Amino acid sequence: MTERDDLIRETAETDLFASFEGDLPASGRRSSPVRLLRRYLPAVIAFLAVILIWEGLTRLLGVESFVLSKPSEILTSFTETFGTIWGAGLRTLYEATAGFVIGTTLAIATSLAAARWVGFREGMLPIAIALNATPIAALAPIFNSWFGLTNPFSKMAVVAVVVYFPVMINTTRGLLEVDPAELELMRSIAATPAEVTRRIRIPRALPYFFSSIKVASVLSLIAAIISEYFGGPQDVLGQYIVNRAQLFQFPDAWAAILVASILGVTFYLLILVAERRLMPWHVAFRSSD
Amino acid sequence: MSSLVVEARGVGKTFGTGDGQIEALRGIDLQIDQGDFISLIGPSGCGKSTLLRLIGDLVGPTTGTLVVNGKTPGQARLDRDYGIVFQSATLLDWRSVQKNVELPLEIMDFPSEERSTRATEMLDLVQLAAFADHFPWQLSGGMQQRVAIARALAFRPSLLLMDEPFGALDEMTREAMQQEVLRLWGETGTSVVFVTHSIPEAVFLSTRVVVMSPRPGRISDEIIVDLPRRRDQDTREQSKYFDLVIEVREALRKGEAGGAAT
Repeated sequence: MTERDDLIRETAETDLFASFEGDLPASGRRSSPVRLLRRYLPAVIAFLAVILIWEGLTRLLGVESFVLSKPSEILTSFTETFGTIWGAGLRTLYEATAGFVIGTTLAIATSLAAARWVGFREGMLPIAIALNATPIAALAPIFNSWFGLTNPFSKMAVVAVVVYFPVMINTTRGLLEVDPAELELMRSIAATPAEVTRRIRIPRALPYFFSSIKVASVLSLIAAIISEYFGGPQDVLGQYIVNRAQLFQFPDAWAAILVASILGVTFYLLILVAERRLMPWHVAFRSSD
Repeated sequence: MSSLVVEARGVGKTFGTGDGQIEALRGIDLQIDQGDFISLIGPSGCGKSTLLRLIGDLVGPTTGTLVVNGKTPGQARLDRDYGIVFQSATLLDWRSVQKNVELPLEIMDFPSEERSTRATEMLDLVQLAAFADHFPWQLSGGMQQRVAIARALAFRPSLLLMDEPFGALDEMTREAMQQEVLRLWGETGTSVVFVTHSIPEAVFLSTRVVVMSPRPGRISDEIIVDLPRRRDQDTREQSKYFDLVIEVREALRKGEAGGAAT
């Protein structure tokens, strides 16, 4: 149990946003404003410093906008094109989240089947691991021809496939990596396999599931935007960025990228909050000792 | 005959197949009466835990017959005739102490009011009522093990199996836990099979100590502990207690010597 806890703690520590997770309010504990400030101040200062250096150097060295736009130009473009880029952003977000939900749902169903039937698992997991290592976004042109270039489902399908494999593989692993003593305990009280799944395997798999959907939330936006690059309606982030870049309107392209970044971080943080709500008992969130 | 909780005749257990075979147990004959407190003691590798797992139908015997409560071990398990406590408390992190004790009752489809009444009762019995809403990681090792004992007794099994339950505890906690188990045994009338490698622990707790020897595991001696059933810290200082500790120690040494010779 402690070995497993260490492993989970390690995973949490190497996690992309682990530094932010530390101070999300856990149940029963509120972070004081002073603590919050101390926590985030270094990040805010670093962020502002990077922006200032970026602005200063591009001005000082006279860097052209098509090489690297100045933060001030990007901000101007962000406010001027606000309605357009957020409209495009929300349409892209719709593709990303719909694909995310489809992929995650299928992944959960497959994982439960894989945990239940050894034959299914042994036949399918190696293939899934091989497919997971394949750059699946390359499927986008094929899905465009299958489902139609203008059908948002062709983008959702790419997202769903990209999301599916990491979620399925990690959730299956979580369902299977159960303390043998817990299985013996359940056997001693004559619990059925379904009860073992419900009371032991699913709670044990939750940390793995959440780790994987945190990664998948980020992947879903990447997959949506990349599949948009391959063509389709013009009022989405991917096409907007391509078009503005072709017209040398680079600050506009950067502003759209900023929208994508805000959407990605928001999506990720929402999952983080859900994770805390559902797993207050998780080792990484325990507030005392 | 009907007062026998466990009866083993010529029970043997071999793990693996072919060249990798390991004979864990051979020719085990053992009778445990209702209300007995039996300790299985022996060096590591003597198969004492395997014997406990056979009784609990967590593994199946290779040879011989084993009867638990007049049934096959499998049927006894399905009838929830025994509760088991492992060396690690094996509590579920995501359940409160109360909900951990209720786990077997949930599996057995007890109505929810009865589950909570019984769990409260059990937590009273192990003196952890104040910790019902705590989570396992907030408890010390000894407290966690008491929760595990409460969980094992929650459905009032006639037999309690304990597999080195205090092996990971410090000496002071361990002695307190031994006292606690004796009290529970007195209050519930449950028969107990207790695996340990501590000689003083076996003598202090048991009505009978079953001494085992390794390679292959078998019973080399059985020592009746004719101390009064009521035991306390003073018992540990009686000369009768010391005599029995010495007797078990010599039986263990003899068993090991015998094992090495074959």
